[in-house]
Amino acid sequence: MRKWFGYILIATVLVFGNSVLAIVPFPGITGRAIQQDTTGYVSPFRDQNERCFKCHGQSKYEYSNENLGLTVKALMCSERIVDRNQFYSSNHKSFSCTDCHSEGYAEFPHPGELRMEQKFNCLDCHGGDPAYEKYQFEEIDSEYRQSTHFKLEKEGFSCWKCHNPHYYKLNIRDNKNISEAVIYDNNLCLNCHANFKNFQLLTDAMEINIVREHNWLPNQSSHFKSVRCIECHAKANDTLLVAHLIKPKEEAVRGCNECHSKNSILMSSLYKHLSKEERKSNGFVNAVMLNQSYVIGANRNEYLNLISLIIFGLVLLAIAVHIIFRIKSSIKAKGGDNVSVS
Amino acid sequence: MYLYPKWVRLWHVINAFLIIVLIITGISMQYTDRENAAYLMGFSRAVKWHNISASFLVANYVFFILGNAITGNGRYYKLPLKNLISDIMTQFRYYAYGKFRGEKHPFPVNTERKFNPLQRFTYVLAMYVAFPLLIISGFGLLFPETVINRFFGVSGLILTDILHISMGFCLSIFLVVHIYTCTLGAKTFSHFRSIITGYQEPDEQ
Repeated sequence: MRKWFGYILIATVLVFGNSVLAIVPFPGITGRAIQQDTTGYVSPFRDQNERCFKCHGQSKYEYSNENLGLTVKALMCSERIVDRNQFYSSNHKSFSCTDCHSEGYAEFPHPGELRMEQKFNCLDCHGGDPAYEKYQFEEIDSEYRQSTHFKLEKEGFSCWKCHNPHYYKLNIRDNKNISEAVIYDNNLCLNCHANFKNFQLLTDAMEINIVREHNWLPNQSSHFKSVRCIECHAKANDTLLVAHLIKPKEEAVRGCNECHSKNSILMSSLYKHLSKEERKSNGFVNAVMLNQSYVIGANRNEYLNLISLIIFGLVLLAIAVHIIFRIKSSIKAKGGDNVSVS
Repeated sequence: MYLYPKWVRLWHVINAFLIIVLIITGISMQYTDRENAAYLMGFSRAVKWHNISASFLVANYVFFILGNAITGNGRYYKLPLKNLISDIMTQFRYYAYGKFRGEKHPFPVNTERKFNPLQRFTYVLAMYVAFPLLIISGFGLLFPETVINRFFGVSGLILTDILHISMGFCLSIFLVVHIYTCTLGAKTFSHFRSIITGYQEPDEQ
């Protein structure tokens, strides 16, 4: 029954979805969306947003040039493309496009001056809002303003350079799979630091070769897969879940024992959130790391440590007792010899 | 009597040196601390020397296995299942009691019996059980991508590590006891001399 209900629902969405595209077009724009929404999420602004996605949801769009009486096909600039599925999976999925962008975009062709509109940043919506207090946006902003990103590129840098507003989703806070969280977070950095096209928009610095820059790091690929860039490149913050104070390159962590130790900095960064739930279970120090990865020097089993000390102590004790008996036996033997000699 | 040919003595001295380096660097890695960066030595140095020593140890182990197979030295490591437990207990009793009562050595060393039953049993455990497990688990830690991610819901790496440090610990205990029992020869330093010269004095009768 459920299966049939599912089929009917999918069919309804597909049929209804397509008919919406047909009946609510921008004036002069024809054609069908190439990409279909597969997230299953139905936005209250779905139809309204679809008017934008129809062109901005894929690389190709077409419109009717009434002056020339032609249907023109054109490529959408890659920076203006928004992936529907990623948008409807993001934290901002319930938004209408015009919540953040001007209502003027409802016109086509879009008025040129709209390109100059001021974009919102995180604090414009989330700042001072008790509903978002736990995310500590003000503290994040304060850290960001001390970071090397802000200091080097005050004009060009903003929250959106790392956190794409169309795709952003809570990561480490909602993700119990550390490996996935690491990949997601590191991709934020690599989007510029391993992509010179994006990097050069913000700086005149030379292209960075991430692998070569980290040649000094033993087991480089294991480190890249297991920890985030910010573990070494951001100053750990006791109160913030994710540190945003990106340090200059020269101040990055290079000491192995910063992580490979009982009081590993990973416990106040990568594993901070999960550790609250799983701290020191099963006798393991930094137990949270156990089921996600293994960090030499940071994972120690207190019971095994105690047992090994006891065994080692007993062995030494047995040897000591044996030595005492040997000495006694030797003295006794010598005494016996003396008696017999005398 | 001549018991230890040159290749055995060479293997033994290299093995002893490497094991000591591995224990020191292993402890240093396991108990490193942020405030006390150099517990015994710095972490990166400990890792480097642990890996280098381990590579030589593996080569030396292969040398030992091949040497045993080619020269026939391997026969000393064959465990006779008949009377195994009772012979071990007899030897243990001698060390714990009989030796102090002036009893004769139950299994005097000769060219056909280089090791007493207790020695043979512990050497077989050390060389043919603990060593291979130590090497395999060490390989897993050196190349973590070769270790299975989960084993019955537990991280494969942590299981590999527990196996590695457990075997390392067992061999450390073996080392301490081995050194001590080597003082139980005809004279305190007889066995130490033997492994240098190759010639063994007869046990105390």
